[in-house]
Amino acid sequence: MAVRVARDLDDAMHALAADPAVVLLAGGTDLMVDINFGRRRPESIVAIDQVDELRAIHQDGRVRVGAGVTYTRLLAEDVASRALREASRTVGSPQIRNAGTIGGNIATSSPAGDALPVLAALDARIVVRSLRGERSVPFAYWMTGPKRNIRAPDEIVVAAEWEPAGGAQTFMKVGTRNAMVIAVASLALVVDRANATVRVALGSCGPTIMRAYEAEAFARGIFEELGWDRPTRPSESACAAFGTHVAAAARPIDDVRGTKAYRRHVLAVMGARALSRVSVLE
Amino acid sequence: MTELRLRVNGVERQTAVPDHESLLTTLRERLGLPGSKNACEQGECGSCSVLMDGELVCSCLVLSAAAQDREIVTVEALSSGDALHPLQQAFVDAGAVQCGFCTPGLIVSAYALLRANPEPSELEVREALAGNICRCTGYGKILEAVQRASREMYRR
Repeated sequence: MAVRVARDLDDAMHALAADPAVVLLAGGTDLMVDINFGRRRPESIVAIDQVDELRAIHQDGRVRVGAGVTYTRLLAEDVASRALREASRTVGSPQIRNAGTIGGNIATSSPAGDALPVLAALDARIVVRSLRGERSVPFAYWMTGPKRNIRAPDEIVVAAEWEPAGGAQTFMKVGTRNAMVIAVASLALVVDRANATVRVALGSCGPTIMRAYEAEAFARGIFEELGWDRPTRPSESACAAFGTHVAAAARPIDDVRGTKAYRRHVLAVMGARALSRVSVLE
Repeated sequence: MTELRLRVNGVERQTAVPDHESLLTTLRERLGLPGSKNACEQGECGSCSVLMDGELVCSCLVLSAAAQDREIVTVEALSSGDALHPLQQAFVDAGAVQCGFCTPGLIVSAYALLRANPEPSELEVREALAGNICRCTGYGKILEAVQRASREMYRR
């Protein structure tokens, strides 16, 4: 049978182990476009959208979001990340958010996937499982190129996990309109006050999600001075300098959605605004 | 081919579908329900919007063979005989229909909105209809129609 609906995770893992060419179908928002346009004709498809184990959200100190959780649910339920909520709201439209899943973003690994800069800035781990066992990979090692990642052919993305990083975080995205837009450039910033850490990650600005490490070090210096615990806005020039560091970390290209130069420009603007916004959040 | 069983607009339906067929094609070409429209086939335009197990989705992005036993509601379910649904009547009254191609998708999306949020603000209507594209009326009359239907359906 060429199309089957997996009853549970075990069922799906057995199907993949037996035939690594099996294509997994979750929300369908990527795969069905390729099928409708004749770009892909998978011989064998296993639908995993009915697998309950993939749809769970757990919170016990750590947050664990199942790969099958849709963007609509990420908006409705508490996953201890303001930035992920903000990113989820920018995904497609209500129709797309009802179908599209965080696991789809992770497995497809498009540099424009809206959830991905947030996962990078949360220092999340990606959990994959096969009949051989389970492993969890820091997001920084997950993507290896545009739509490429280190998932083995018999593995299924089962969840993303992260430690709550507090409320000082945000997501920003530039596109031609608010809805139904693929990011021209996006940015997620997390200021983890409790752990005195800053992480900033960029989407649609390189072959993978890019961390802006120098910008992070620069921002740590700012918060050392201002105090980590006290929501205080840095000077305008400090925010602008942070934006310049952010833009310098990008490796953008010219493509149909925007130019290299424009991407660098908006990254500097978004970086400055994001720091200014986040610095006054608890 | 897969033998597909669905509940569509309250009726059990059964049909054989090719492996790569979308739910939109199945509804239109096999089940005699052409209300859902086929335009972009990539989830951009919303013309094919239906409810699947109560959730608004683009039927072009649903693989029929993987939709076994799901419950589907299409635009055809909304009117009763010749009596239009209040949303449909509001679209007529407000002049929210020009060529009409996008209308079924907009009606289904607005139906999903009002069910969850009976008295939406204009901003909420805009966000809820962001996945439906109209290329001729402009959106003013459509927004007006949804507000009108909300008043009609949930008049206090």
